[in-house]
Amino acid sequence: MIRLRPDLAAVAAMVPPGSRVLDIGCGDGALMAALRDDKGVDARGIELSREGVSAAVTRGLSVVQGDADTDLGGYPADAFDVAILSQTLQATMRPDHVLDELLRIGQRAIVSFPNFGHWRVRLALLAGGRMPMTSALPVEWYETTNIHFCTVDDFRALVATKGYVVEQEQFLSRDRPVAGLFANLLAENAIFMLRRG
Amino acid sequence: MTPILSDGLLLCATRSTAPNVADGDDQRFGLNRRVTLVGPLRLDSGAVLGPVEIAYETYGSLSAEGSNAILVCHALTLDQHVASVHPVTGKPGWWTRMVGEGKPLDPARHFIVCANVLGSCMGSSGPASLDPATGAPFGMRFPVLTIRDMVRAQAMLLDHLGVGALAAVVGGSMGGMQTLEWAATYPERVRSAVVIAAAASHSAQNIAFHEVGRQAIMADPKWRGGDYYAANDPPGAGLAVARMAAHITYLSEAGLTEKFGRRLQSRDALGFGFDADFQIESYLRHQGISFVERFDANSYLYITRAMDYFDMAAAMPDGRLATAFQGTNTRFCVVSFTSDWLYPTIESRHIVHALNAARAHVSFVEIETALGHDAFLLDVPELHRVVDGFLRAGEGR
Repeated sequence: MIRLRPDLAAVAAMVPPGSRVLDIGCGDGALMAALRDDKGVDARGIELSREGVSAAVTRGLSVVQGDADTDLGGYPADAFDVAILSQTLQATMRPDHVLDELLRIGQRAIVSFPNFGHWRVRLALLAGGRMPMTSALPVEWYETTNIHFCTVDDFRALVATKGYVVEQEQFLSRDRPVAGLFANLLAENAIFMLRRG
Repeated sequence: MTPILSDGLLLCATRSTAPNVADGDDQRFGLNRRVTLVGPLRLDSGAVLGPVEIAYETYGSLSAEGSNAILVCHALTLDQHVASVHPVTGKPGWWTRMVGEGKPLDPARHFIVCANVLGSCMGSSGPASLDPATGAPFGMRFPVLTIRDMVRAQAMLLDHLGVGALAAVVGGSMGGMQTLEWAATYPERVRSAVVIAAAASHSAQNIAFHEVGRQAIMADPKWRGGDYYAANDPPGAGLAVARMAAHITYLSEAGLTEKFGRRLQSRDALGFGFDADFQIESYLRHQGISFVERFDANSYLYITRAMDYFDMAAAMPDGRLATAFQGTNTRFCVVSFTSDWLYPTIESRHIVHALNAARAHVSFVEIETALGHDAFLLDVPELHRVVDGFLRAGEGR
């Protein structure tokens, strides 16, 4: 059994056993392998990095080198029970379009992202006056691939605008759960499971 | 062409019993095999070919359950000698990096079959074969073939060998096209498919380069409308030029610059003439000349034509590539190379998108290399890692 990072474990907990899953930004396939082995999930993946794809294919996973912004169009509607986008939304060109694609090809979408509303991020900007760099986001503003940061409340607003429904939510700070009420301030990571409205 | 078995081992297609694994004497297995299958083979053109000769090799042995067979499909000018010494050139097999002990395709684990494609000149039926109707070589009276015709002939061979379902079909370039066609034509016989540096159709540019090659051959006065066998004086100059033009497409601009640049060949200054001043000229001339020794010009015409006709989407009633793979249970591994401009990554992506649309199990990797299209034959460790991992994962299922 593979030990997953806490945010990936939270994603995995939301995936129904035996479902068909597309993991977008699947890295080396750790989550997919865990879902396959522990939950009997039929998992497919998309990953941008060559190294990630090679590692995942070598593990016996079906992973395609591709990009969330451009390579979701080829999948038919409702091809999957669940489309997962973990820690990748903030790196896409158009997060809103990607969200639409997730809920076109998947009956449900699980989206996880780092919360830019976390108090430490706010404090860094307030006190330092510089773009925050945290242990979770250790890259300078000019070289980060994370071009569309959002807060928990920003994401909730986007979901509401789109008319999607939040089915489950989970927030983590230092890998421990945080109550939804305070998530925008206290959560480092947010995990949402959505469905169409 | 070199007669491979002097006794011309004649076996008929009706014999399709499972091979006796314990019987090492089974003449169907081993290197330098040749079989005459009664057929007839109905071709896409409507023509009928029969009997059909297939030259092939097998490596390893078929497991009692028959579950470990892998078919290797070769590229345009390659042959069945995937991991054995070539009888004409004396060079080692063309894919010893992929096939052999400890390699991704391992005779210790796998029963590996590689057959010379229909239309070629290493022992399988082609334009140099004798037309049973006339007793003379077919020449241009040989029927025009398609990639699917080649695949159908391979299926006949596998029937003869007692191989039902294949653990995998593996091929690069035209071999990748055959692999795709295998998965589409015989989905129940292909558990895994490895498609390397290939495309689901031939582009205008692909056809254009092939047409240059064909015109070079046909413009050679020695071509004589394809009837040059009796005079034993083949159109070598034309075929060499065809090979030179094609060879450029197998390499990359960066690779050529690195390997040759503008360096001069055996001289210190420009010759102010038309000898091979530059190393690249000398290299290409050598490629052309050595090719002529091992390949038949008419075969080159027929196989390039088959590749040009290849368009899997167009063969579907709705014109969609995904339709060719609808409902497939085959696992696919698609690999492209960054510097391959003959079948660039976008072609592999088309295949992947179609497989996604057909809800197939597909993996796709674009490997970074300056080696161009030929990378599939060369020392690219990542390719071998990916293929090995993919095949082993399939064996674990």
